[in-house]
Amino acid sequence: MSFGPHLLLALLEGAVTACVLAVTALGLSLVFGVMRIVNVAHGEFYMLGAVVAWFCASLTGGSALGGFLLALVCAPLVVAGLAIATDWLVLRRVNYHPESTIVATIGLLYLLQQAVLSGYGPDARPVEAPIYFRVAFPWFGYSGYKLVVIGASVMLLLGTWAVLARTRAGLCMRATQQDPEMALAHGVPVRLVYTAVFAAGAMLAAVAGVLIVPIQQAHYLMGLDPLLLSFIVVIIGGLGSLRGTVVAAFVIGMSDGVISMFFSPTLAKILATLLVALVLVVRPSGLFGERP
Amino acid sequence: MSADTQRTHAIRTGSSPVTRRALLKAGAGAAAAGAASLALAPLSRIAWAAGSDEPIRIGFQVHRTGIGATYGRWYERTANAAATYLNENGGIAGRPVELVPEDDGTDPKRGAEVVEKFATAHGVDFVYGPLFSHVVIGSAPRAGELKMPYFVVSEGYHVASGSLNRYVFQPGITDVRAQVQAMAPWVAGNLGRRVTMMFPDYAFGYDHRDYFSAAVEAQGGSIAAKIAIPPTESSFTKYFPQVPADTEVLYHVMVGPGVLTFVKEMGEHYGSNRPQIFGFIDSLEGVDIASPGLSFLEGTYLWEALPRYADGLDSDANRHYRERVGINDEGASVDDPKDVSTNSHMFGCWETLFVIKRAVEESGYRSRNPDDVAALIEALEGFDSFDEGIPHPQGYKEFNGALHQCYGRQFISEVREGRLAVVHTTSIEDGKYEAEADYTTQSL
Repeated sequence: MSFGPHLLLALLEGAVTACVLAVTALGLSLVFGVMRIVNVAHGEFYMLGAVVAWFCASLTGGSALGGFLLALVCAPLVVAGLAIATDWLVLRRVNYHPESTIVATIGLLYLLQQAVLSGYGPDARPVEAPIYFRVAFPWFGYSGYKLVVIGASVMLLLGTWAVLARTRAGLCMRATQQDPEMALAHGVPVRLVYTAVFAAGAMLAAVAGVLIVPIQQAHYLMGLDPLLLSFIVVIIGGLGSLRGTVVAAFVIGMSDGVISMFFSPTLAKILATLLVALVLVVRPSGLFGERP
Repeated sequence: MSADTQRTHAIRTGSSPVTRRALLKAGAGAAAAGAASLALAPLSRIAWAAGSDEPIRIGFQVHRTGIGATYGRWYERTANAAATYLNENGGIAGRPVELVPEDDGTDPKRGAEVVEKFATAHGVDFVYGPLFSHVVIGSAPRAGELKMPYFVVSEGYHVASGSLNRYVFQPGITDVRAQVQAMAPWVAGNLGRRVTMMFPDYAFGYDHRDYFSAAVEAQGGSIAAKIAIPPTESSFTKYFPQVPADTEVLYHVMVGPGVLTFVKEMGEHYGSNRPQIFGFIDSLEGVDIASPGLSFLEGTYLWEALPRYADGLDSDANRHYRERVGINDEGASVDDPKDVSTNSHMFGCWETLFVIKRAVEESGYRSRNPDDVAALIEALEGFDSFDEGIPHPQGYKEFNGALHQCYGRQFISEVREGRLAVVHTTSIEDGKYEAEADYTTQSL
């Protein structure tokens, strides 16, 4: 394959990775920005999204589109319910203390993973894509569903931005992010905002899981990679900066696509990790993060 | 006075009560132990002589979780079916068989711990069952140190290569080197001579890479590219552009949770404009050939060790085996047609248990003491073949006692109308190679 088509394929693959990563990392970034806690179990919410999508697909039987639409509704709701329960039962009890929440969410990570292992099993199970078509370029073919994933992710990112920038709920979140005490003094229900933000972050991860499962299959260990990449993205972009998260997701996703296509996937991971180290040394608050 | 001179002084003068007491204590202890062993030894001998029904306990090291879970589930079903059959038919040397399963998480480090646990906590007679080559290579040294007979159902060339130890045997499934060597003449003669290989980036994949490439070159063919893929990879689109345009045959062998994605993305990449494709069924073990997105596989070829569809090998032994394990004519579970078996590998668990039975009965093995274990291993090393029949449904096998490895026929199947149809059966001769090891020279 000559250089041009090869690059096109690399960019397409990079775009899919970048879009799904942006949605996943946005959830992590939102939670950190507003609540100042690190959710180590974020990848498991992504995995749960994929597993719920499999259950929805097997419930609806024949219709792949029906199962997918059902999953798009059910997965975020199930995962949000779990996130709210976590917030009430765990995070509140440790008073959102940064270090305690890290330990608590590590525990949650294992709980969720093992629960899925016992309930759903150790297999990687496929979910049929809601629409299947092959885009035939002159040099190679490409999955049409992957293009749908790119479109859906961009819409989700725009939607999240609109909620944060244009709605009263978004205003409360931004106020809480800037100064929780002052927000409380102005009548913002900070505790409720915390719960809502934690649920919203988990929902974004779950939707990303639903979008990816027709490409990757649902498996109980699938949350580990996105968690690592999300951390990389959030650190590079600047903890708490949504714009930074999206930009960093595209930098990491596209470079992953291109480098792993022309060189090797391992090199792509090495470079991403090096970039994190570099950012931490040169600009610890991230590319778009506020200086402390 | 230094400690040494004090002790010398005490012994010489006989004046130290401590030394005398210590001597007395040691003497009494030894006497008690001797009396106890004298009392116990005849009892245990009487028990064996009377035909004890104490079970033979076999540790079953299984990949219940991790990337080998699909294989593990079927390995366990097959091993249980074989044990049930044996117990209904007199057990092993008149003793019932008891399988003690332990999950190793398809993890080499955990595998070694599981072997240790079998030996120390469970006190089993033998260990059997692991498949994934990195787990076998990680666990086998511990089995050797513990002098624990260790029966693997792994395919890898690591047993016959001589890199493991005298306690490790693979009597139930042909190794990869013999398999790929038997495939090469057919592939080069029927599909093409310019081959690109895609394989998992660890020991099992390297066996394919090294021995298939050598075998194809011996047939006058050449390798266009060798593409190694990390076993935990979840997306494969990026690897297909590395396949050179002059490739006549794409050779694939993949394992792990991503196999279906791999085959689907291969179809998306090539569509109908594809090279000839020859794969190992490993890329599709546990996967329904008629899955959506796999229609491009029509007219491609796959290696099978034992045909997935019942009509691929129509024999009484094979029918009996399939019925006992519980798979239907399509190779899926009789309870759940969506649960497709790993039929080209799991028969090894069935056959291995019967080899263990024969070795125990011929060697007079009774318990895991050094003499009995040595007799068992020497009996195994003396085997030269296994006849086709209920114990060996996959077919007649030759066994090389020096290499601890068996050799059987292999099958090549074509994908036709979403099914697999056998088009070629190799002979044992096709897979023969020069032996590079001799375990019998190692001490026991």
